[in-house]
Amino acid sequence: MSDRIREKLEILADAAKYDVSCASSGSNRKNDNKGLGNTGNGICHAYTEDGRCVSLLKILLTNFCIYDCAYCVSRKSNDIQRAAFTVQEVVDLTINFYRRNYIEGLFLSSGIFKNPDYTMERLVLVAKKLRTEHKFNGYIHLKTIPGASDELMHEAALYADRLSVNVEMPTKESLQLLAPDKNREAMIKPMRFIDKAIIQNREEKKIFKKTPLYAPAGQSTQMVIGATPETDFQVLYLSHFFYKKFHLRRVYYSGYVPISNDNRLPAIGTPVPMIRENRLYQADWLMRFYHFKVDEIVDAANPLLDTEVDPKLSWALRNMHLFPVDINRADYMLIMRVPGIGLRSAQKICEARKFTRLNIEHLKKIGISLNKAKHFIQSENSCKDLQPEKIKQLILQEGRSKYKANFSTQLSVF
Amino acid sequence: MIQTVLYDGSFPGFFAAVFEIYEYKIVEPDIQTEGSANISLFSTPHISIPDKAKALRVMKALQDKITVAAFGNFYRAYLSELPGIENVLFRYIKYVISSKDSVEKNFANPDVLMIQQTAHKTDREKHRMKAFIRFQKTKDELYYAIVQPDFNVLPLISSHFEKRYADQRWLIYDTRRKYGLYYDLKNVEEVNIAFNDQLQSPCALSTIYDEKEDIYQSLWRAYFDSVNIKARKNTKLHIQHMPKRYWRYLVEKQPG
Ligand code: SF4
Repeated sequence: MSDRIREKLEILADAAKYDVSCASSGSNRKNDNKGLGNTGNGICHAYTEDGRCVSLLKILLTNFCIYDCAYCVSRKSNDIQRAAFTVQEVVDLTINFYRRNYIEGLFLSSGIFKNPDYTMERLVLVAKKLRTEHKFNGYIHLKTIPGASDELMHEAALYADRLSVNVEMPTKESLQLLAPDKNREAMIKPMRFIDKAIIQNREEKKIFKKTPLYAPAGQSTQMVIGATPETDFQVLYLSHFFYKKFHLRRVYYSGYVPISNDNRLPAIGTPVPMIRENRLYQADWLMRFYHFKVDEIVDAANPLLDTEVDPKLSWALRNMHLFPVDINRADYMLIMRVPGIGLRSAQKICEARKFTRLNIEHLKKIGISLNKAKHFIQSENSCKDLQPEKIKQLILQEGRSKYKANFSTQLSVF
Repeated sequence: MIQTVLYDGSFPGFFAAVFEIYEYKIVEPDIQTEGSANISLFSTPHISIPDKAKALRVMKALQDKITVAAFGNFYRAYLSELPGIENVLFRYIKYVISSKDSVEKNFANPDVLMIQQTAHKTDREKHRMKAFIRFQKTKDELYYAIVQPDFNVLPLISSHFEKRYADQRWLIYDTRRKYGLYYDLKNVEEVNIAFNDQLQSPCALSTIYDEKEDIYQSLWRAYFDSVNIKARKNTKLHIQHMPKRYWRYLVEKQPG
């Protein structure tokens, strides 16, 4: 019995692992029914050997699928072992892992068997059982199946913390080429539906405290990077669109891991574009936390992110007329744009300078990365008229080892 | 001349010691816990008495001048148990109390910065405990975990686990500091248990495990192995996030 479960778990976790989303934050489901669990900032309980956070039990309900998306291991035409969990099996695994503090909750996705509604119904049933029968208040992320009915989407949002539909490909054309059974509109439609319903729910909640939680952690999506020829410009503008239009909490970028000999796709053995993926996350981070506008990061004239240096440094090098800044006087918004100074350090600088005139020693102690920052701040002994290209080379030389190391989605960005 | 001041190691005890430093006008105190090794050979140490009233007066004087958040950092720095941290805390109190305006954000002052940074380290250990504690279920439905955190973080994680596991009995035991937290479905209590060494060995424990415990541990290991993407292997990052000293807690890092 447990051997069979183990085998299913191996197959269905393996098939789910290419979905890089793992966040368990952004929800605030309290344990006020003396039940099991709560949600908060989200905890990474383990890290895989490739350095990614393991926060949720991330599995497929089944990897049987009637569709044939070229980039997906579960595609119909792929000759692989198939398996399917029962609803109860997923519930038991979730509860038992959660009680032992292995996970923050469940991320459940599925191949499409029979039809979208039939599949979605089962995903919803898992969430419903966890919430109602087990008083489970941990995190639940449900992948919504494109083409499922609005009623099921609505029910999903009642039980889940987060919903997501993966757009997979940055453009319609690529999607058409690689996932002929799917269409863009069928992906966007549930996103729009849920977005409207969330907004309405938040309004009601302001008036009636008792209004039930409704997808409190919002929506996210994922794009596969490097399977198709889109530029970073196209990718980031689409992200920008999702953040603005549908208030998505996160867009994930998944560097394509070659899994097939299909000649529409990069061949097996092609390296995973990890640096590019990393740069996209950094750019995304700049948009979400550093108040960068998308066209400050990439535009039609500079459609690709620099792989050698991070996008913040790259932006600064293109905008040398703004530097060097006086850290004792410059605006907070500009201080946080100085390469080598993170949000936390920028705050500390703005607090500390109320007491003392800050010098380089103070900055070092506060923990900024001087090797980058020194070229962009005023000080007695900095040489000011260096050319951007020269600065870039200097920084690269000094930071060589650092730049080679961290290619992760969970990085501390700057 | 430097004068060693010994206190009992408790948080109130520390505040009482600060009171006495003022009371006895000790100019250059070196505050240490009783039983620690570094006592100067050339002077008799001042032994502070953990007086509750004195402690409260200092604590109140400090709390009146700083925000709740800053006091939280102060407490976290204390919990770090780093050698010499008491002297930093003492200088901080002196600085805060003697300044007219709020100075808790003057990160150009080395003690203010040190406390903030140490608190940050303690918090990191706290987060790691929240993440890496693994409960094992016993036959009588107790979920228990044994830990050895770098800093004394049990007081900081108590309410997290209480809220999260409201419907299961649990015990988290710190073998380095020899005390634990026990939740009985109603309250969390601090407990001292005479754990004999045998009980900590895995084979002795197997007799008290719930029969399904092994199954879930091996399922979790199977899961952990399956989610790894070999094409993306990055051992350096793996270890950076999950330093080796934590592996002993982790079911997924034990041979199955
Ligand atoms: S529908 Fe989903 S599971 Fe099925 S082949 Fe496409 S991406 Fe894979």
